[in-house]
This record gives sequence, C-alpha cells and structure tokens, in this order.
Amino acid sequence: MAKNNKAVLTGTHFLSGDLACAEGALAAGCRFFGGYPITPATEIAERMARRLPQIGGIYIQMEDEIASIAAVIGASYAGKKAMTATSGPGFSLMQENIGLAVMTEAPLVIVDIMRGGPSTGQPTMPGQQDVMQAKWGSHGDYEIIALAPSSVQEMFDLTIECFNLAETFRVPVMLLADEIIGHMWERVEIPPSNEITIINRKKPVVPPREYHPFQPDDDLVPPMACFGEGYRFHATGLTHDEKGAPKTVSIPEQTKLVKRLCGKIRTNTDTIIQVKEVTLEDADVVVVAYGIASRAALSAVRKARTQGIKAGLLRLITIWPFPEKLVAQIAEQAKAIIVPEMNCGQLVREVERAAKTTPVSLLSKLGEEPHRPSEIVEAMRRM
Amino acid sequence: MNNKDLMLQHPLAKYLRQERMPHIWCEGCGNGILLNSFLEALDELQLDLDNIVVISGIGCIGRAAGYVNVDSFHTTHGRAIPFATGVKLANPQLKVVVISGDGDLFAIGGNHFIHAARRNVDIKVICANNFNYGMTGGQYGPTTPLEAWTTTTPYGNIEHPFNLVHLAAASGAVYAARWTTLQVRRLKASIKKALQKEGFSLIEVISPCPEIYDRYNKLGTAVEVMKWFKLVSEVHKAYDPAKAVITKNRIIIGEFVDIEKPSYGRLLREMTAQVKEDLEGENTK
Ligand SMILES: Cc1ncc(C[n+]2csc(CCOP(=O)(O)OP(=O)(O)O)c2C)c(N)n1
Ligand code: SF4
Ligand SMILES: [Mg+2]
Repeated sequence: MAKNNKAVLTGTHFLSGDLACAEGALAAGCRFFGGYPITPATEIAERMARRLPQIGGIYIQMEDEIASIAAVIGASYAGKKAMTATSGPGFSLMQENIGLAVMTEAPLVIVDIMRGGPSTGQPTMPGQQDVMQAKWGSHGDYEIIALAPSSVQEMFDLTIECFNLAETFRVPVMLLADEIIGHMWERVEIPPSNEITIINRKKPVVPPREYHPFQPDDDLVPPMACFGEGYRFHATGLTHDEKGAPKTVSIPEQTKLVKRLCGKIRTNTDTIIQVKEVTLEDADVVVVAYGIASRAALSAVRKARTQGIKAGLLRLITIWPFPEKLVAQIAEQAKAIIVPEMNCGQLVREVERAAKTTPVSLLSKLGEEPHRPSEIVEAMRRM
Repeated sequence: MNNKDLMLQHPLAKYLRQERMPHIWCEGCGNGILLNSFLEALDELQLDLDNIVVISGIGCIGRAAGYVNVDSFHTTHGRAIPFATGVKLANPQLKVVVISGDGDLFAIGGNHFIHAARRNVDIKVICANNFNYGMTGGQYGPTTPLEAWTTTTPYGNIEHPFNLVHLAAASGAVYAARWTTLQVRRLKASIKKALQKEGFSLIEVISPCPEIYDRYNKLGTAVEVMKWFKLVSEVHKAYDPAKAVITKNRIIIGEFVDIEKPSYGRLLREMTAQVKEDLEGENTK
C-alpha cells in the first residue's frame, strides 16, 4: 500500500490516526517534513519518510524539534507546504519558533499527538494537556488556529483543513490530537484528488519594486512572495513595518503589527470555526467536548436522551480560536454545562468564561482511560 | 543639479538596502568589513542576486541579513542554520548563506552547526567571531579566551574556548577557513570559493569589537586591534585545524579544510530519483 507514486491514495483504507494524518498532509500538497521522532507521533514521521520521496517531496530528520520547526519555516519561505509532527516534549521545544512563524506569517502545520505530561510523563498514554500551551506557549500576544480531530477520518480531513487555513491566513496551524486518536485504526475514505479542496497562499500581484512583504490586503493577510522569486524581501522576528524593516522602539508600529496579527484571526473567527452540534435545540444539559473525550460524550448524550434527559453535545473541531460566541449562546439556554477533558481542567476555563452564570463542571481524567459514556451520564444526573 | 546627483555612489550600493542605512554597528566594528567582503565576493562572481538568500541569527552581526539587497531572513537566536537547511532543501537552486555570530552559531546554535556540517548541507556559514556576545553588552561566549574579562567573567574567564575550524573539520565540513578582518582580499577569495563549492562551509572571521570586548580587555582602538592582527596572524596552507588554537601571540589563518564530498541535497535528489524509478518499474511490470 505504501508502494505508490501518487500523492492522493483515493479509496477506502484501514489506517491509524497517525498514518491518516500523513496521507492528509500529502493530499493537501505538503512536500516538506522536518521532524524528530517521539511517541506517539513517530508513525507520522515514518510514513512521511517513506512516502515523500515517492512523490518528489523532502523528508529530513533534524537534530531536535527546535531545528525541525526552524527548517519547516525555512521550507515554507522557500515555497513549500511544510509540516512537522511531535508530542508534548517536542512541542515545548518548538515554542520559541512558533512565535517566529507567527511574527513572520509563515504558513505551516504542526501536529501534536498529545501524551501524558508534564515532562516526559507517560509517552504511550493519551492526554489533552497541551491545549493551553498550543494557544499561549510562545511569548508575546498572538493568535493561532488549532483543530482537534476525534476520529481517524478526521485525522485525514482536518490535516488538509490545517494546511488550507495556514495558507489562507499565513499562520501556524496546529492539529491537536491525542495518543488514542493517533494510534487507533479505523476506516478512512480518501476522495479523488479533484474532490479535495486545496487552498494555496496568495501571491503578490505587484512587481518586486512595489512589493511590501507585510502589507496586508483587506483581509489583513499580506500576499506572500517566496525566496528565489525575484522579490528580494526581508523578514524578521523583530517588530517590523510593512516593508519588513525592523522597528524595535516604535510604539505605533508595535501596536499596528501585533493588532493585525491577532486581528487577522479574530475578525475571521466565523469562517474559521467549525463545530458539530448534536441535539442542542432543547438541551438542558450540554456537554462541550473535543478530541477523544467527545466520542464518549456523543454516546453519553444519546444514552441520556433515551433516559429522558434533555442532553446535547457541542463538539469543538476548532478549539483555537475558541468559539466564545457560540458557547455563550448555548449557555443562555442550557441549565448546566459539562466539560470532559483528559487534563486537570484547561479548555473548561474558556467555557466558564463564555458561559458566564450558567454552571460549568469539569470531568477530569488523567492516564490511560478515556472517559466512559456512563460517567458523563452520571455527571448529567448530578447537575 | 541637486546635491544627490553630485554624490558619488558607493560601488557596492546596489547590493545594500539603502533605506535601512545607517546600520546599527559601532564605529570600528569588524562587521562592516565582513559584510563588505561578502558583497565584493557577490560582485566579482556576478551571481544572480535573485537566487541568493542571506540568513542571520540574533546578535550585532545578525543584522547583516537585513542590510543585503537579496532575499533574507532574520531568525531567532541560534536557529539560522536549521532555517537555512529548510530553505536549501526546499529550493536547491538557491545559494544559501548564513552570516551570524560566535555566540549565535556555537553556543545556542552549536548543535545545529555540527549536524548541518555532518549532513554536509550545501550552505555557507560566515561567522563574525568577536570573542563575546556584543549585542547583549559583552558577556562571555564559546570562543572567549581563557582569562578574558567580560561582564559575566568579572574574575576572568575559566572556560576553554572552541577552536571553530577544528570543530568544523571534525563535524564534516568540506571547507573551513579563518581570516581576520585585516586580510580582506583573502577573506573575499575565501567567500568566493565557498560560494562556488558544493557542501557545508565555514568561514571564521576574527572581528574587532572595539566598543565592548576590545575595550574591556584593553586591546586598544579598532586600529590597534588591526595592528595586533597584523602582528600575530600567521598564514598557513592546509594547517592541521586541531593545532590552530588562537592565542594572544598567534592566530593561525588560512584554509584548513578543502575537500570534496557529495552534499546532503545531492544524495537526497539521487535517492528520490531512484525511489521514483523503482516505483515506475514496478508499476509497469
Ligand atoms: C533565546 C534567546 N536567548 C538570549 C537572547 C539574547 N541575545 C541576543 S544576541 C545574543 C548574543 C549574540 O552574540 P553573537 O552571536 O556572538 O553576536 P554579536 O552580538 O557578538 O555579533 C544574546 C545572548 C536572545 N535574543 N534569544
Ligand atoms: S558591540 Fe561590538 S560587535 Fe556589536 S556593533 Fe559594537 S563593536 Fe560591533
Ligand atoms: Mg559575538
């Protein structure tokens, strides 16, 4: 099956989440992977090492995750769709350069197959403990996009979506999965390539002399020239003006740049955010869940309905930017909200913030076992 | 005629982003000489400027990338080499040059340096070695000599410095040379050679930092430091890099490594071509 010179393996497959993610990346046009092995994301690197040369792409195993993300930013600036894949410890090492990618508006994808932390933690066990780090891990103020798949099919579909969002908004986009989703095997439908939506970064329409690399269009996103295309531009992690010139002490330039970097995501939340709503119309108890925890949540909601509980599910596909408005609307009608997470309570804080006076309760799980539907139903009864 | 028309253009002006001038470097700093040598090398080789990328890390010399009128990128501290690796592999047509400092390349970025040299990635690294962290005000770094005074070695440096050309040789570089900012013609020739050679190259440029390191260590003005370079520089051909330790009384300069070895990019392209050929063979069977 890996003996193939096609980028898109149209057909029905039985794959693990990690492998589906790799295939999604190739289908999206990813042609550069820089990474460093780490459980439970290693299979993505292995698949890419085998598949990329078959289709003329580049796999390189760097000396660490700092180098991996640096190489990925470089490849992106040299015109490739590029990605890396890691887990908690590697994700921590990447943080400084995630800020560089934000500041220089490098489109790229980072996959984090979350395991148990802190530190080396539990390498082969699932966790959802990097959710806040994904949003806030690098210093400074910024916005990124993060998607949370809850099935192997979504590992394929959402990886493509990550690339499309990265190219649209010139921002690092994260696929935040967990060990269970990364390692479990399910059926995956890979559509014909002409049915897959692919978005490419917009290119400058002006001649090099008139090109200002960080001058945005109305959507706040600047068109992107790449190295070697004759535009001879400069990019820097320092605060810069639209021409890319460092502006290290100008208050207006700092304000303008940081507001735009945040603004290009914040003003587009409606187009970015994806959720799945299940029986929310008349729900008294709403479960807000993402990733692995949302699978048990779905069963729990169905079960609760058969027992006369008016339960609903808001499954977050996009976790960053956080769907604040939507949660606030739902909270107005709901009597209680339950947030099952495989951590000590991370995204629940965002839910609480949006829900205002509606009671929100956390169902925290750590370690090997994901939530059971029965536990979530019990929690609904307690509310 | 206005004053502008009367002004003489610097012969290398077209290689600089004029609007970014004046540069941030102190009077007498060696960084200007290094940059000038690089631009002269570009000029003499008449390379297509659209195909050159200059990448820097963070430090005084790290600002070089912003001044050169080619595609350029100012990365985070220490990460110019892995960034450059991504650029070179993604677009092999580009000539990729890293210009950065001793601290950036060999302290925080040291691991990247040895691995890029080991892989023999086709990038050219030009290091301004001023024996300290200039940008942050003169702390010691991986090339600071024993006993030197810096703001973080107030009792004298007790760490042994790296010998950069030895490190490059041991790590697998195909080209390693050392010059001081005094030997500008040789430095330029070395840069030209590296630009035309395939593989990982290091050019170490011993560079005055009159404002900070040289002042703290009472080495005198920039001119006096240049005189010191003149006094202690010894040019050798193919000198054993292991023995080229820098001391107060002797700086061995010259080319230490100049060998041929297929670059990572070449091996990658050959492997990729083979994989494709094998697949096509299988599919037509
Ligand atoms: C991660 C990180 N740590 C520390 C710094 C602070 N810093 C900026 S430049 C520099 C040292 C630069 O020294 P070198 O590379 O020798 O360049 P020079 O200024 O001497 O030209 C340091 C430590 C930083 N920018 N980033
Ligand atoms: S501090 Fe030293 S290295 Fe930095 S610009 Fe001044 S003289 Fe040059
Ligand atoms: Mg220095």
